[in-house]
Amino acid sequence: MISQSEIKKIVEEARKEALEKQDILIYTLHKIQDKVENNYIPEESAKIISKELKIPLSKIYEVLTFYTMFSTKPRGKYVIRICTSLPCHVANGREIIEAIKDELKIDFGQTTKDGLFTLEETGCLGLCGVSPVIMINQEYYGNLTPEKVREILKNLKGGEEK
Amino acid sequence: MKPITVLVSVDSNSVLLGAREFYKQLVELVKEYNFDSIVDVLETGTLGNYNGVTIAIMPDDVYYSVKTKDEVYKIFEEHILKGRKVPELEISKQKIITYKPEKLPEEYKIVTRNIGKINPKSIEEYIANDGYFALAKALKMTPEEIINEIKESGLRGRGGAGFPTGLKWEFTFKTSSDQKYIVCNADEGEPGTYKDRLIMEGDPHSVIEAMIIAGYAVGATKGYIYIRGEYFGSVENLRKAIKDAYEYGFLGENILNSNFNFDLSIRLGAGAYICGEETALLESIEGNAGRPRLKPPYPPQSGLFGKPTVINNVETLANVPPIILNGAKWFKSIGTENSPGTKVFCFAGNLSSRGIVELPMGVTVRELLALAEGASGTSNLKMVQTGGIAGTFINEEKFDTPLDYDSFANNGVSLGSGVILGVNDTHCVVDIALNVMEFFRHESCGKCTPCREGTKNAVNILEKMKRLEATKEDLDYLIEISNLAKDTALCGLGQSFPVPLLSLINNFKEEFLEHIEKQYCRANLCKKVEKKKVKSKFKL
Repeated sequence: MISQSEIKKIVEEARKEALEKQDILIYTLHKIQDKVENNYIPEESAKIISKELKIPLSKIYEVLTFYTMFSTKPRGKYVIRICTSLPCHVANGREIIEAIKDELKIDFGQTTKDGLFTLEETGCLGLCGVSPVIMINQEYYGNLTPEKVREILKNLKGGEEK
Repeated sequence: MKPITVLVSVDSNSVLLGAREFYKQLVELVKEYNFDSIVDVLETGTLGNYNGVTIAIMPDDVYYSVKTKDEVYKIFEEHILKGRKVPELEISKQKIITYKPEKLPEEYKIVTRNIGKINPKSIEEYIANDGYFALAKALKMTPEEIINEIKESGLRGRGGAGFPTGLKWEFTFKTSSDQKYIVCNADEGEPGTYKDRLIMEGDPHSVIEAMIIAGYAVGATKGYIYIRGEYFGSVENLRKAIKDAYEYGFLGENILNSNFNFDLSIRLGAGAYICGEETALLESIEGNAGRPRLKPPYPPQSGLFGKPTVINNVETLANVPPIILNGAKWFKSIGTENSPGTKVFCFAGNLSSRGIVELPMGVTVRELLALAEGASGTSNLKMVQTGGIAGTFINEEKFDTPLDYDSFANNGVSLGSGVILGVNDTHCVVDIALNVMEFFRHESCGKCTPCREGTKNAVNILEKMKRLEATKEDLDYLIEISNLAKDTALCGLGQSFPVPLLSLINNFKEEFLEHIEKQYCRANLCKKVEKKKVKSKFKL
């Protein structure tokens, strides 16, 4: 959980970068979500943001639920975003999706029981030179095969057990 | 400068092929062999090759494509230590982009002039390559002169819509207001498009310079670059570039002693394709959900925060400095009459050689496919989608169409954002149509009915077709939905989902009918499904 003072600090920093005072909401939400352990915006934080930026809570939730990169519920430590757009789809993207779902035993929008992985769909990631592509948190992985992707996931799981 | 320069492409696509490791390996090798004073290893943008990571050795002008650390070591050992080329890894400068050079059109670099040549993180290198010279020249011109030059050049929006850039600037210039804005649309989300990312990663200053020129021309003192939240690497490069531009006095107050002030800031998207639509993008900067506005008024009259605003795509902006420096006449001499200049094309999908190329407008789809070396692997190309997900699917009959802003009206082939997406014959048209419509259903903002309900209904019908249960009436209904959305949807997204759908139905009707009349799928991807369906395979 992120503290009130931390949120205040983020808002202050964002204000310094503002060209107009209304232009920092999404930017602030990104910064706060990056700092929350489970990659989401807790209700408490949303309330503080609402107070700090003087934006109604309902408006903040409208924004949070409209954009797919934001979440109002806790996500896994690793958020896996799989590109389902056509350039990845035609380059065997379907097999990658199946392999990941099978390896983690979850569907899109779900989180594994151990809280490690959340699976999400994403539109084109602009890496079509090396499709199929996925993103895990802020890292990209390209030219994937089902074997490669299973290995990546196993390595992440293995790293956690150590 | 040191006698030998080694350039490694470390754009985001190359990074996934190991570019960072190869770069680090080379730096370490140079250190290990005490060559620090002789060899410079530098990072640069893409040269368009994605069969491996491109490594260039200068001044020898030799280009290599490497896939493994062993190959990197070989180049170091052979070329740098012993001065012998490694022919098996070499790609000719031509081959980086072409495959049959004697027959194929040559690349003409305007937008990508610096990419792969300079270190994008160094403002000095940009300046050394005529960077910010156009700004200096522009600040001595009157705003009207600049706008006229851009109008004369015939430059049109490279994001897909193709609106004349000079007119946009002129409208904004003529609207009086206490505040105006320049916005760079870097919300590249059109599936298959990755040129803007590579331009921003390879030459961020060209975009910044163009925005300052635009600001001076229309009387705007503030600018935003709205970039996708997922584009981490590009954001970093841009931030560094903006910081440097401030330090060198190209941004901020009294730029180059002209009394002109301009501030520039980056805003991130958060995963919404619709925000590439210009008014939705403005809503997003203002901190709202990205739902498009009703037009008119257009942004040059009432845009960001209700003020006159110029919104230009990254590639469009990157054309501006060369036009100011070389003049409208030069620009008009490239490309076709109605579509002067070049276009950066992105090769995606089942093509042998994926990457970006910049070519004069009017190049044919067939020529582009030859540059991409045709279908990958052993399969054959079944169709090509041009222009992005909202573009047209075509078969070989239309491969000789020259691509420019008129090719959609004249030949039913979209130029769009410049995507050339190959689809091989293991794929089924119904499955492709379903993927496209699922994308649009997901990305529809829900504001207007033709798009919100239309995309949903289209997905339902296509799913039915995929289960080999659809009827002829379903297909007719699909066409009706498309035509309705084309005429009545609120924004560009809703009006354009019918483009790929109708082009698939029109160009591959036979295959759709096979699914309906014969319950047959050529690619054997569509199958009958047992009535009892499980919604999710996994239950938590």
